[in-house]
Parts: sequence; C-alpha cells; structure tokens
Amino acid sequence: MVARRLKRSVGERIFDNFNVLFMILLIVVTLYPFYYVTIASISDPTLIVQKRGIVLWPQGLSFESYRMVFENPMIRIGYMNTIFYVVVGTALNLVLTSFGAYGLSRRDLALRNPITLMIVFTMFFSGGLIPSYLLVRNLGLLNTRWAMILPGAISTWNLIIMRTAFLGIPESLAESAKIDGANDFTILFRIYLPLSLPVVAVMILFYAVGHWNAYFSALIYLRERALYPLQLVLREILIANSTESMMTSVVSDREPIGETIKYATIMVATLPILFVYPFLQKYFVKGVMIGAIKE
Amino acid sequence: MVVMSIQVEPRKRTAMSDALSILASRTRREWRRNKYVYLMLSPVILFYLVFHYAPMYGVIIAFKDFSPGWGIWKSPWVGFEWFVEFFNSHYFWRLIRNTLLINVYDVIFGFPVPIIFALLLNELSSQKFKRWVQTVTYLPHFISVVVVVSMILDFLARDGLINDLLQLFGISSIPFMLNPAWFRTVYVGSGIWQGFGWGAIIYLAALSNIDPTLYEAAEIDGAGRWAKMRHVTIPGILPTVIIMLILRLGQIMSVGYEKIILMYNPMTYETSDVISTFVYRKGLLQMNYSYSTAIGLFNSIINFTLLILVNRLSRRTGTSLW
Repeated sequence: MVARRLKRSVGERIFDNFNVLFMILLIVVTLYPFYYVTIASISDPTLIVQKRGIVLWPQGLSFESYRMVFENPMIRIGYMNTIFYVVVGTALNLVLTSFGAYGLSRRDLALRNPITLMIVFTMFFSGGLIPSYLLVRNLGLLNTRWAMILPGAISTWNLIIMRTAFLGIPESLAESAKIDGANDFTILFRIYLPLSLPVVAVMILFYAVGHWNAYFSALIYLRERALYPLQLVLREILIANSTESMMTSVVSDREPIGETIKYATIMVATLPILFVYPFLQKYFVKGVMIGAIKE
Repeated sequence: MVVMSIQVEPRKRTAMSDALSILASRTRREWRRNKYVYLMLSPVILFYLVFHYAPMYGVIIAFKDFSPGWGIWKSPWVGFEWFVEFFNSHYFWRLIRNTLLINVYDVIFGFPVPIIFALLLNELSSQKFKRWVQTVTYLPHFISVVVVVSMILDFLARDGLINDLLQLFGISSIPFMLNPAWFRTVYVGSGIWQGFGWGAIIYLAALSNIDPTLYEAAEIDGAGRWAKMRHVTIPGILPTVIIMLILRLGQIMSVGYEKIILMYNPMTYETSDVISTFVYRKGLLQMNYSYSTAIGLFNSIINFTLLILVNRLSRRTGTSLW
C-alpha cells in the first residue's frame, strides 16, 4: 500500500486531492441545509431575517421559537399520534412481514408458488388511489387510527427482502428443530428471526421511518385533527401557510418569529431520526443488498 | 390411513375417485405438515386480498357512472366514456408531457449521479473518510418529504437563501416556486440532492463484488488508475447499471403525487401537474370518482406494459428481473 502510494504520478495526486475536495464539497452541500435550519432555529428571529446570504453561526441566541413550538397543542398531539402510529404500525408490520417471509421461504410448502405469485403481482399492478380510498371508506376506517396502520401493513418489497434472508438459513436447522418437537412459530421466533438480526434491524428502520414520515394517508383518510400525525401538522405549519403567503403577498414572505418557528418545528420533527440514524446506519448496505439478490 | 383404505377395496374405485382420494390424502398430509405455516400466511393473504385485490375489483368503476349511494355493483355501466372524455380533454397532453418530461430529466441528470459518485467514492484511499462520506450522504433519504419540501420553499423563497446569494452576484431575485419554467429543475434537482447517496449503495456493492485478482492482473500488465477504471471497474459494474437503467425506464410514465402536491400551486400547473396529482385533485378533492379512476387505470396499464416490455429487454441482456 505504501509502495503504491509512493508510485502515484503527479496526475494521480492531483486527481486524488480534487476527489477529496469534491467529497468534502458534497458533504457540505448535503449538511448545510440541516445546519442552516439548526442555527436559524436558535437565532434571534429579527437578526436572522435581516441576515443575507450564507449564515455560518447563530445570529444572537433565542429559544423563544422552541418554547412556542412546544406550547402549540397541535405539535404535542401530532407527536403523540405519530409515536402511536410508529410503534403499533411497525410492530404489526414486523409480525406480518415475518409471517409472510417465513411462509414464502418454506420450500416444501405446496401452495408456495401461487401465493408468491399473488403477492408479487401487487408490485406491478394496483387498483390505484381512488379505489383504495373508496375501500378504506367502505370498511369504515375513515377517520380512525386503523386507516394509518392497516392499508400499509405489509410492504411487498420488504417482505421479499426478508424472504431472501430467510432462504439463506440452512433448512436442516428447521428440520432438526421440528424433530425436536418445535412448531413453525417457535422456529420463526427462536431460530429464523434471531439469525437474521441485521435484516430485522433494517426492516424496523424502514418501516418506522416510513410511519414517522407518512403524511399522505393521513391527508386523505383523517378529518379529525385529534388523530393527525406530526407530518400533517408540519404540513399545515410549514407548507400550507407558506404557499398561501407566497401567492398573496407581493413584498416579503418572511415574518421574523414565524420564520424561526418554522425552523424549530423542522428540528423538533427531524431530531428523532437524526438520533437513531447513526446507530442503524451500519446495517443499511446489508439489508439493501439482500433484497437485490435474486433467488 | 387413507392409503390403507385404498388397499382394502382397490377394484371398486374409478380413476376419478382415485385421483380425488389421492388429492385428499395429499392435502391432509400437507395440512398436517404445514398447518402452522398456513396459519401464519392466512393474515398475510387476507391483507393482500383486502388491501390490494379488492381495489383491483374496485377499478371497474372506471367503466361505470359510480355514485357512492348506489355502490360499485349497482352503478350503471358507461363503457369507455370516461377514457374518451380524458383523451379529448385539453389536460391530456399536458399531463402526459409533464409526467414524461420530469422522468426524462431525472433519467438524464439524476440517473448518472449515483454511479459517478460511487466511482469517485471507490477511488478514495482512506476507508474511514469513505465511510464518513457515505454516512452523511445517505442521511437526506430518511428525511420526510414534508420537511424537504418546506426547506425547498424556504431556501427558494423570494427573499430566501438562494435569492440572497444571487443578489450578491448582482442577479435579480427569481420567483422559483411561482414560475412554471423552474418547476422541473427544482423537482429533479432536489430529488438528486435527497437521493444520490442512497442510490449509490447498489453500485458500491457491485464495485465491492469485482474480483480483486482482475486489478492485480491489470497492474501486472502495467495499467494505471485510469486504465484500471476503464477496463476493470466500469465493465464490472456495467451489468448493474444496465439493470438499474432498465428498471428506471419501466417507470418513465409514473411520478408520485406525494412530493408534487406539496410543491406545486395553480401558477405552476402548466409544468408541475402530472397524471397522479390530477387523479388526486379530480378524485379526492372534486370527487369525480369514476373519471379519476379511469385516468389512474390508464396510467397503471401503461406502467404495467412498460414493466413487461422492459423485462423482455433485460432478459435479452441475460439478466431478468424475475
């Protein structure tokens, strides 16, 4: 390695340096929006609005906007609802996805192929938005928490990823467990899931982030504000108002305290993801790749 | 037990009842062996029947004059009336054009970015720095569309960050979100920002699967970095690139509504309104259920056909998707 580095030509060295510089630039481009939101959220509202161009440090220091965000009852309601949807939704997702994945990974299952076909077909064709909405309405799920959880109880893509992971587990394990008197539930929970922990971690991450970030199903299925998830509350605070003011006001669309409240709201809604992200990050590649492998 | 009964009275059975009893015994054996598996699969199958196949049945309202009071079955048939109305409406070509162009922009500008990024990342000599760059660039993928769009609206506002910078260079401020000419650029550009790191994962995995002896052999033949990239690295990931491109082309007529309905406004409909957002507005905001279902079905059929065609194509390259 050292020898090779010594041998690098001038051209290579220039390329390497530019490459590192370019990567640093990419990091800056990726992180600066988040950094800007962070420092703006703790800045003095009037100072940050007056400041032009790139901002590198907080302008003054004020936690007023955070206080106002936390005092907003809708933010609190949204937070509690989102936590409910994330926890209950992800739990249901995991149970059903591992049931399905286990079933489809049983090579001796007589109906395996037709069931697989029935499930995979839904990745290529769907009834579409309106029939799905009418179905949820006919089932009486409109305006209930179930509308946020049941229609997306299984993601077919995740099911296939998990099935592929299960197929990698030697079948002799399941067979010997069966001889010892274990049933399939025991085999799934005691052998398959513990052996696929990285994939389970990725599933938890994908599903939980999906629930945390979902706004559209809430937008179409929920009327009652007491059921709103955080993202729908965010949409009202961040986007509905801003689009409206953009269309009507001619001169300025930035009111000082309103601006920093927006930034604080973004922070409050995004921090949980930023916190769990580094811990789960190492599993991504594995999880994504397993799904890409064909049987 | 069943086997025994066949042996007791073999002559009296016809071929038909033989077949039936074999089927019955097989079914019983399968049930005994896999009853817990079927127990696990039953809620899964129920889920797919209710939440995927029932809407597929519901799609017949595209051929009916559906009213909620009558229900799906009792509403009168109208044949292809809604489709004809859509094809003749003056929105038709605008929606096709917008849906297609957003995808064409994204294929031209968005598709190569993760590949180039993965190749450059692969050339970094410090593994630690490489992991750092990866961790950071994956992050935006996990940020909600509501937050991303609100940052876009904020930074691109008339007195937002970008216009402030433009003014420093003496360029007058641009109303990005109100000008139809900017919509595709903003939509595709922000999509690249959010997705290039995550999109690189699959290419990085392909890169790590390249046989290291190929590089050693190339070095012995006197290949430099550039020659190794041209003759080993790029051919090594080409199959993955082709598969991803084919998959991407299969979606050339589909754009999701989730991001656009947060970004657009009536002033930019000329470029921002796509089939899915039109279905959303017609169907859920104006409650033209049958009309919008017909438009959605038209789009689904195009997408389905494209996928089939695209898989034919990828089979020819020796790498079928299924």
